Amino acid sequence: MPSYNLNHLRELEAESIFVIREVVAQFEKPVLMFSGGKDSIVMLHMAVKAFRPARLPFPLLHIDTGHNFPETLRFRDNLVEHLKAKLVVGSVQDSIDKGRVQEEKGVNASRNILQTVTLLDTIEACGFDAAMGGGRRDEEKARAKERFFSHRDEFGQWDPRNQRPELWNLFNGKKLQGEHFRVFPLSNWTEMDVWQYILMENIEMPSLYFAHHREWVNRKGVLLAKSDYIKLQEGENWEKLRIRFRTIGDMSCTGAALSNASCVEEIIDEVAAARQTERGSRADDKRSETSMEDRKKDGYF
Amino acid sequence: MSNFSGNGYLDMELLRFTTAGSVDDGKSTLIGRLLYDSKSIFEDQYEAIRLTSERRGEEHVNLALLTDGLRAEREQGITIDVAYRYFATPKRKFIIADTPGHVQYTRNMVTGASTANLAIILADARKGVVEQTKRHAFIASLLGIPHMVLCINKMDLVDYDQSVFEKIKKDFQAFASKLNIPDLQFIPISALMGDNVVEKSEKMSWYGGPSLMYLLETIHIGSDLNMVDGRFPVQLVIRPHHNDHHDYRGYAGRIAGGVFRPGDKIMVLPSGFTSKIKAIQGAQGEIQEAFAPMSVSMQVEDELDISRGDMIVRVNNVPRVSQDMDIMLCWMNCNKLVPGGKYTIRHTTSEARCVVKKIHYKIDVNTLHRIQDDPDVGMNDIARISIRTTRPLFFDKYQLNRITGSVILIDESTHDTVGAGMIL
Repeated sequence: MPSYNLNHLRELEAESIFVIREVVAQFEKPVLMFSGGKDSIVMLHMAVKAFRPARLPFPLLHIDTGHNFPETLRFRDNLVEHLKAKLVVGSVQDSIDKGRVQEEKGVNASRNILQTVTLLDTIEACGFDAAMGGGRRDEEKARAKERFFSHRDEFGQWDPRNQRPELWNLFNGKKLQGEHFRVFPLSNWTEMDVWQYILMENIEMPSLYFAHHREWVNRKGVLLAKSDYIKLQEGENWEKLRIRFRTIGDMSCTGAALSNASCVEEIIDEVAAARQTERGSRADDKRSETSMEDRKKDGYF
Repeated sequence: MSNFSGNGYLDMELLRFTTAGSVDDGKSTLIGRLLYDSKSIFEDQYEAIRLTSERRGEEHVNLALLTDGLRAEREQGITIDVAYRYFATPKRKFIIADTPGHVQYTRNMVTGASTANLAIILADARKGVVEQTKRHAFIASLLGIPHMVLCINKMDLVDYDQSVFEKIKKDFQAFASKLNIPDLQFIPISALMGDNVVEKSEKMSWYGGPSLMYLLETIHIGSDLNMVDGRFPVQLVIRPHHNDHHDYRGYAGRIAGGVFRPGDKIMVLPSGFTSKIKAIQGAQGEIQEAFAPMSVSMQVEDELDISRGDMIVRVNNVPRVSQDMDIMLCWMNCNKLVPGGKYTIRHTTSEARCVVKKIHYKIDVNTLHRIQDDPDVGMNDIARISIRTTRPLFFDKYQLNRITGSVILIDESTHDTVGAGMIL
């Protein structure tokens, strides 16, 4: 007697593939936001499955803060070439040069918030009507309320108090001229699910996720990697112990963790034992209690 | 070498459940305990809500702050939307759809319940079966949740008295006989003290059943999906434009019911043309068997005209094909349902327009009484209505299949999702 059961990873995968296909069916010009982080790598992996043997029916969009880890960019370019995919890059530096945004000042200056303007400008300039992102509901409390199909008004804003009900697997992507959607195929995944899936599917990951020797500084509990964008303050020193990154974002705000995990199995054990959320090392989330909600309302990822 | 990357951990089942309740019945405490005891609350999360609770002058760490993520919710101390929470034990992964107990209760509970395998309903041992308990149970049964657990909470406040538990159980059973609940269980708990939540309580030796966590980990959910009636709504057609796959046509979608295999004789709706399945691509490549809820892509033997909104079924087992249907509707918008009004209707992957032909009655969700003399269907109302669609849809009764038996109504000018319907 065969058993008709999918395990949790296959069920999540089936749900995500359904959502990605639904985007292509319902929208005219979708795009997949690719940051080079593990969530967008997993999302892209499933997008390839969703349409094979055809090629990806949408381009990838990378919002380049200009403060990327070089490893991320190399990884991105290799993957794009391998998939013969089309890549659109929105540059925060361009937005600064055009006077659309102003660089933050001060010790903890970051281009994190500036990305929103570049993202919205790129979406508008290219006419994208749906942007898929790797956001997960378990990441952050404001994201716990997010829909799979998340409506954005003509200013790109999110109205969390007035979201469309989302039932069964009936997704409503209807919109007025000038509005767009953010779609989150990984909504129901946890950090653990993502790593287990990476292991099960044997997906190649950027080296930053694995423990390596690197110089860093401990700034109020956030370990920031040495780069041109980080200036040492009084009393701070560069230190060098093995670290790895649990999330990958802009170099100016992505914190690392001390770690010896050198393969996916060891990362999974580390995630299982972790007592801090992965975004606990993100300086951008620590600015206030509702900093994620505030940024999302303005159109952040 | 590793516990968490071993085969057992890569091979867990997924259980989706809803919790419903209001501020003071201990729902947040119960969720908090499930998350805390399964080590799903992280130190930084706990520290953040501890500080907030302290700043507000609250006596205990307020676990409700874990789920109330939006600024307005935290400021007003209310939950305004469905919040999704995740935890896992060595046996299963769980998704909780946590729905608020008061404002827009029906709309949110219907949303959270639509994808759930199980509903946890909380009753206060001191108060017994009250209106709200009945309302929760009714909505869970309306949405076809296969398993229901009535947790009789705050047993510590009634001295863990068996007769209190038995009385509430009996009262609820009397009420539940009017509902469609395939699997109903009762557990006496104290969410605050942890009795029968994760571990069996020593204070209630008269209770022979499992703890809540044990029940969640072991309850049989393998039969929750319809594995009998083959239903495959076509989502889109995959046509590679490169030369290696010149004649390739893959019909992509998610199996909504039953099992399909290469060689099966199939019929395509609405055309009625028949053919055979040539091959099925699953997530891991070509497969010999596809079943709900897999996302797959099918090739068929003959060249047929098949597109999004069509449905592939077995020749000897077809759904209803009709332009007319009766639905149990939950209204979700502040603009009332317009009798005779036209809406966009979405059903599986197909879309049509429909007109509201008749409003039969509304249901009082607290008493289950039919209201015949009030035709106004507003936000959070549940009503039985008849609709007619512009073209035939292929559907099943909701009770037979939650995917092919459900529809949503969309306002044609605002594009809002205004109603959710279960086909009768």
